[in-house]
Amino acid sequence: MYVSKQKHMHNEHTDEHFQFRIDNGEYIEPRDYMPEAYRKNLIRQISQHAHSEVIGMQPEGNWITRAPSLRSKQILLAKIQDEGGHGLYLYSAAETLGVSRTEMIEQLHAGKAKYSNIFNYPSLNWADIGAIGWLVDGAAIVNQVSLQRTSYGPYSRAMVRICKEESFHQRQGYEIMATMMKGTKDQQAMAQDAMNRWWWPALMMFGPHDTDSPHSKDAMKWKIKRETNDELRQKFIDKTIPQAELIGLTVPDKDLKWNEAAKKYDHGEINWEEFYSVIKGDGPCNKQRLSHHIKYHEDGVWVREAAEAHKLKTNLSVV
Amino acid sequence: MTDTQLDLWEVFIQSKSGLPYIHAGSVHASDMKMALQNARDTYTRRGEGTSIWLLPSKHIVASNPDDKEMLFDPSNDKIYRHPTFYVMPEGATHI
Repeated sequence: MYVSKQKHMHNEHTDEHFQFRIDNGEYIEPRDYMPEAYRKNLIRQISQHAHSEVIGMQPEGNWITRAPSLRSKQILLAKIQDEGGHGLYLYSAAETLGVSRTEMIEQLHAGKAKYSNIFNYPSLNWADIGAIGWLVDGAAIVNQVSLQRTSYGPYSRAMVRICKEESFHQRQGYEIMATMMKGTKDQQAMAQDAMNRWWWPALMMFGPHDTDSPHSKDAMKWKIKRETNDELRQKFIDKTIPQAELIGLTVPDKDLKWNEAAKKYDHGEINWEEFYSVIKGDGPCNKQRLSHHIKYHEDGVWVREAAEAHKLKTNLSVV
Repeated sequence: MTDTQLDLWEVFIQSKSGLPYIHAGSVHASDMKMALQNARDTYTRRGEGTSIWLLPSKHIVASNPDDKEMLFDPSNDKIYRHPTFYVMPEGATHI
């Protein structure tokens, strides 16, 4: 630290000094100097992450009223409440970069900001709730564990909190799958069908291959991302295959095999055409997810107006 | 009236009595009552705390990172601020 001071005390407002701090393993805080492109890259990534948490409540919310037991309904409600909370942590982290939540939501509604592609797939039956918790949250956790060491302080702190809470999510999904695999032939077939439909989209959650990933190079240099898309995807595959085998599920990839020399699984080619067509808006649920969000946001306008009016009539505000 | 996301508040949580309040994050709320409810719902779903402090973000006064040197220089020339600076008589204990 003393070295950094002497060497760079003259001008801390340079990209060079910023990179020096990053390379030195320092965290960047909201009011520190940062290159404009770092700020933009972070806003894009954090807001996309926040939108994903919130949009991700929809496929799961679809099954609250039809959960097969009171126990599973309570658990699902708690999980969805967590996702809403995670969205809030992340919106707050992005707000420290000078963008307002209103702007971020406007960008989402205008189709300018993305959310995770995975939520453009439908949750058709209860087995999908198992597959979402196990595979989708499982993939998200691999990414989020890595992001706990992201270079932007508020983002990192949000990730630490989220990771603490996520650990039950994946377990609830895996428990559903394990229970169904111990059930009747029909239930086993449902679980396998869900596995078949969610496996590949889950792998796509990590994004394009490193060679085709437009934002990766800067994000790695600035330590916004700590591991590449392919590295994270491989981690997810290696930890998930034994879990699938343990409960008797087949991974829908005929090219999948253990590579003894590399101590990892080799997998088949991902259908990137599907990935890009869903990103462009042609997934099964793109329109539904967005119109649902817009409708409830607009339906809530009068509540926010009433809250503001109430504030002015009471002494509960702080001047 | 234009749509609003309500005011921004900062949330501090004490995990148990005797310990300091630590910044947990932010919430949006129109008034104190809503801020408290939102903070409770957002940040203490798993026994994270026994008490919450809230304040409007706009009232936080923060130091400027540019003043870091001036404010937080360790003053290594003032080594008499550290207990190891002092010469104790041979055999002195509990000091």
